[in-house]
Amino acid sequence: MRPSAARLLNILVPIKRAVDYAVKIRVNPQQTGIDLNVKHSMNPFDEIAVEEAVRLRERLKGAVASIKVVTIGPAKAAETLRTALAMGADSAVHVELPDSAPAPEPLGVAQALRALVRREAEREGGGVDLVIMGKQAIDDDAGQTGQMLAGLLGWGQATFASKLDVDAEGKSAVVMREIDGGSEEMSARLPLVVTTDLRLNEPRYASLPNIMKAKKKPIEKLTAADLGVDFTPRLETIKITEPPTRVGGGKVASVDELVAKLKEAGFTAV
Amino acid sequence: MGKYRGRATTVLRPKTTQQVSDIVRWCASRDIPIVPQGGNTGLVGGSVPLHDELVVSLANMNTVRSFDPVSGILVADAGCILQSLTDYVAPHNHIMPIDLGAKGSCHIGGNVATNAGGLRLLRYGSLHGSVLGLEVVLPDGTILDQLTSLRKDNTGYDLKQLFIGAEGTLGIITGVSILTPPSPQASNNVILALPHFDNVQPLYKTVKRQLSEILSAFEFIDRTAYDLAVKHGQGRALSDEDVAGADCFVLVETSGGRREHDEEKLTDLLSSLLEADTPLINTGVLSQSPAQFSSLWALREGVTEAVSKEGKAYKYDISIPLASFKHVVDTTREHLRHAVKHVLGYGHVGDGNLHLNIVASAYTQEIQDALEPFVYELVASYRGSISAEHGIGAMKTHALHYSKNDVSIEWMKKIKALFDPRGIMNPGKVLE
Repeated sequence: MRPSAARLLNILVPIKRAVDYAVKIRVNPQQTGIDLNVKHSMNPFDEIAVEEAVRLRERLKGAVASIKVVTIGPAKAAETLRTALAMGADSAVHVELPDSAPAPEPLGVAQALRALVRREAEREGGGVDLVIMGKQAIDDDAGQTGQMLAGLLGWGQATFASKLDVDAEGKSAVVMREIDGGSEEMSARLPLVVTTDLRLNEPRYASLPNIMKAKKKPIEKLTAADLGVDFTPRLETIKITEPPTRVGGGKVASVDELVAKLKEAGFTAV
Repeated sequence: MGKYRGRATTVLRPKTTQQVSDIVRWCASRDIPIVPQGGNTGLVGGSVPLHDELVVSLANMNTVRSFDPVSGILVADAGCILQSLTDYVAPHNHIMPIDLGAKGSCHIGGNVATNAGGLRLLRYGSLHGSVLGLEVVLPDGTILDQLTSLRKDNTGYDLKQLFIGAEGTLGIITGVSILTPPSPQASNNVILALPHFDNVQPLYKTVKRQLSEILSAFEFIDRTAYDLAVKHGQGRALSDEDVAGADCFVLVETSGGRREHDEEKLTDLLSSLLEADTPLINTGVLSQSPAQFSSLWALREGVTEAVSKEGKAYKYDISIPLASFKHVVDTTREHLRHAVKHVLGYGHVGDGNLHLNIVASAYTQEIQDALEPFVYELVASYRGSISAEHGIGAMKTHALHYSKNDVSIEWMKKIKALFDPRGIMNPGKVLE
């Protein structure tokens, strides 16, 4: 028997498949949504979250017992899980939605994650100590899920993290947060929800041997019913439109003309 | 590059073919030599005046004349920037058949005049195939209109071919008709780390066989080139673990019509490479998103920029048998010893095209003398080409004979004399 002093850490990383940030977004003619028939990849903030979990394990040596990734989405979201597994996560959960289902909202997602965290707690050696997730998804930019999850679980939260240090023995973490005009350092006890900001790290490439290994790692499939949650949206999208196209600038011949134009546009001296 | 300095006093920027014709006619009547200039991105001084020639810049001729989304045939002014043409055909689901590092500045007319190769040659072939027609102002001011958009046209001599790669010595290209292929629906890329160069050739054979029609690039970067690209921030580096023990790298790109199909083929290839009894590769990385796709390409495309940041570069662009790539780089390095900072090789394996770069602290006569004719003789010993895709320009006229025999050069001179008896069109380029 090994000394029972410190139970090893279990990390949960929720990730989302989103339209890739390099893709030019096109609104559909009905103005009900965007063209989704384009390249998707892992939400960049989530990629940072996966990378941070893997780096934590590298830094803390043996102290991280498991890194589990979870996604909620259609069948194709499984590809995103494979990417995370190739980066170094151990196992994955896919809460599968029908292709036709509307995108779940932050509260629904947070409730599903809470259910998953509770489910994990019942496993032997389980019990999630740390949730690391993107601060927002780049498709809907809601930026609420992490905070809601912490609220629902009654856990501490450290959002917009740009640096994360975890003391596995002491069950605590020190987080540097991005705030207006600088950064804020705070410490928190585990369990904890951390949401990631861009400066936290730069995600790695998935190496070929790891991609091959990832194919053999387990992906558990669940449905909303298994978790006892309802993803029915509470919001109604009325219309989606593109921003107005930028009107090019003009040239003026003199200062007077410039002043006149500024007045015309409603600018006045202070 | 700061290697060639023009001495012209006058630059004209015509807006129409007729204006180009009028300029050339006037110059011809007064024996005023002309240098046609596109994006001025050439590497061999082909668009730089050697004396006080008149520079005719095509930069103001930059309109797309027509595009047929059914046939994919694009007709454009010579001064259109390659990237802007790529952007123009993209919404119609087509791409330009050529792509090169200088795409943001180079002109399509210059690409054709220099028969530029670039990164897509492996897939879409050379401009001799994809250019369907040209409009050229001849050295006497006559407008030669061969701006057809026919795939097939076997009626007599194919004159336009003469202007492709003539580097503006036979006339000024003012319009280009070019066939654009449909854009691939899915692209992937992977960088493979190889323990030694000897594996490149068998790897190329394996990759070609397994990927067949979806293979769109097979690029080689030696360790020195890779390290320089990383040092100068071109793309995100692979992890130390992945590059450990790698002697060189290969970037493989696939482009195809169906993502699932392409990925399956690529995955099969990669697992067979990793699981082989004597693996050809150490490891590799596969891009997982468009951002990583660009980042991997940046490691290869950024070598040029990295080299110019590192020091003064002597660049040789040679065609030699693939198996001799490493030998040529090593022999050159050995020959120069400590006179220079780096000797590196990278290039288009699929086309047998090696970019041999020598980076020094300064351009000196000593290094120049050590390099030439050394490099040219080395290339000639393999019956290679001293200029695979950069052209002859002003830099290599004296070395033309290493790749072309006397009879060929004599007939080139006859053709030049036929089109340009007064010798006013881009004098001192290609032929001495």
